[in-house]
Amino acid sequence: MIHLEGVEKKLSGQPVLRGVNLEIPAGKLTTIIGPSGEGKSVLLKHMIGLMQPDRGRVLVNGVDISRLRGKKLNEVRKQFAMLFQSAKLFDSMTVFENVSFPLREKKLASEADLKKMVEGMLERVGLEGMGHKYPAELSGGMKKRAGLARALVMGPDIILFDEPTTGLDPLMAKTIHDLIVSMHRVFGFTAVMVSHEIPEIFGISDWVAMLKNGTIAAMAPSHDFQRLDNPIVQEFISPGALLVPLST
Amino acid sequence: MLFIHYLGSSALFMIEEMGKMFLFLLSAFAWLVRPPFRFRQIMKQIHFIGFKSSFVVVLTSVFTGMVLALQGYYSLRKFGAEGLLGSAVSLSMIRELGPVLASLMVTARAGSAITAELGLMRITEQIDALETMAINPLQYLITPKVVATVLAVPLLVSIFDVVGITGGYLVGVKLLGASAGSYWSSVESAVEWKDVYGGILKALSFGLIVSWVCCYKGYFTSMSAEGLGKATTEAVVLASVLILVWDYFLTSVLL
Repeated sequence: MIHLEGVEKKLSGQPVLRGVNLEIPAGKLTTIIGPSGEGKSVLLKHMIGLMQPDRGRVLVNGVDISRLRGKKLNEVRKQFAMLFQSAKLFDSMTVFENVSFPLREKKLASEADLKKMVEGMLERVGLEGMGHKYPAELSGGMKKRAGLARALVMGPDIILFDEPTTGLDPLMAKTIHDLIVSMHRVFGFTAVMVSHEIPEIFGISDWVAMLKNGTIAAMAPSHDFQRLDNPIVQEFISPGALLVPLST
Repeated sequence: MLFIHYLGSSALFMIEEMGKMFLFLLSAFAWLVRPPFRFRQIMKQIHFIGFKSSFVVVLTSVFTGMVLALQGYYSLRKFGAEGLLGSAVSLSMIRELGPVLASLMVTARAGSAITAELGLMRITEQIDALETMAINPLQYLITPKVVATVLAVPLLVSIFDVVGITGGYLVGVKLLGASAGSYWSSVESAVEWKDVYGGILKALSFGLIVSWVCCYKGYFTSMSAEGLGKATTEAVVLASVLILVWDYFLTSVLL
């Protein structure tokens, strides 16, 4: 479904991606892990054409989007939705207006149907009755759920999640993960998630890939990933014992 | 040598910036003729830029007219020409002060708000969010603002002219004792149709300058609070300077 071939990217003269080869399986939830600053979010932005590689190709259902612009790129983007780190809700619109925004823009439903779809989606993500609130009035977890509702309402084929649980407490992070998994089961979209939540992601992902030193160091089904005989993987997912014992 | 290097790199930067600004404006115009046409967005912007600026425009114009009449009356009285007060006030308003001052007020109020809004959307990646929804940010955000400003500024200038001339009447006639009949008849005899459309032409071009500069600075602001503050200041200063510079060139052509 999404295929990256030899993708290289420099930012401010510094190489970030140094030849990434990655295939995202269709209909599965793939999580990309890796140390901070490795370029995971940059990789995600390449998949939706928010960034273009300096070299290499990004193929979405066989179409090379790395050289597309304007209308042609927008046609490919219609298959996508993205949940950003901070949800990126439009702060001058209410939650209802945010979630209904893509439907209104594409004129995909009458006002009556739109109201039903949006309220239904808000109920699914646990935000029923919150449609009138503005993003500034929401907690971090609520913003993520509103962002998820906005991403899902168009029925996309592919959803990209950029660290969806960053900044949330463990309980809320689990809630968001459970929500993503349940929506994935219901709607069957292809999901690509960037996350630091180890070991939680092994329980929710179908596939896990690790980005290290600008390339994919390893990729395997989730249940096999933890047992990989790869020192880079093992060092990352199970860091060494504490230097100072907690108590004697 | 360092100074020459600095001069050279500054000149190159300015030329590159001008090129980027021009391409930005061309893109905004290109979206004018492509659907969807976003009438609702345009009306919303006209309300914000036009209607909500009307109070400050009226306030500025009434005092401008009043001070113009005050200064004009005493100057004209030296030549026994108080009867020309109406034409002095009206021609100054319609030809120059209306378009320039109204545009400067719109720049300060609405222009700075446009830069801040777009800059904040850039910093919080709301513009990226639009792109991921396959919505062109230029078409959604910029074109309606440009259209609205170009439509609203001439209307505000017209209000400025009328209120300013009335302000001049209040001071010149009611306060200082000039003849009301002379005031209004000199307005009627002095003001020609070319003065009015010259003022409107200036207003249209100033509206374009305000929206172009303020939208550009906000859209391409750097990703920090300091960058946003800098962009807002630069937008207001640059738009104001361009209005004054362009005013000179347009006046020299129109006269």
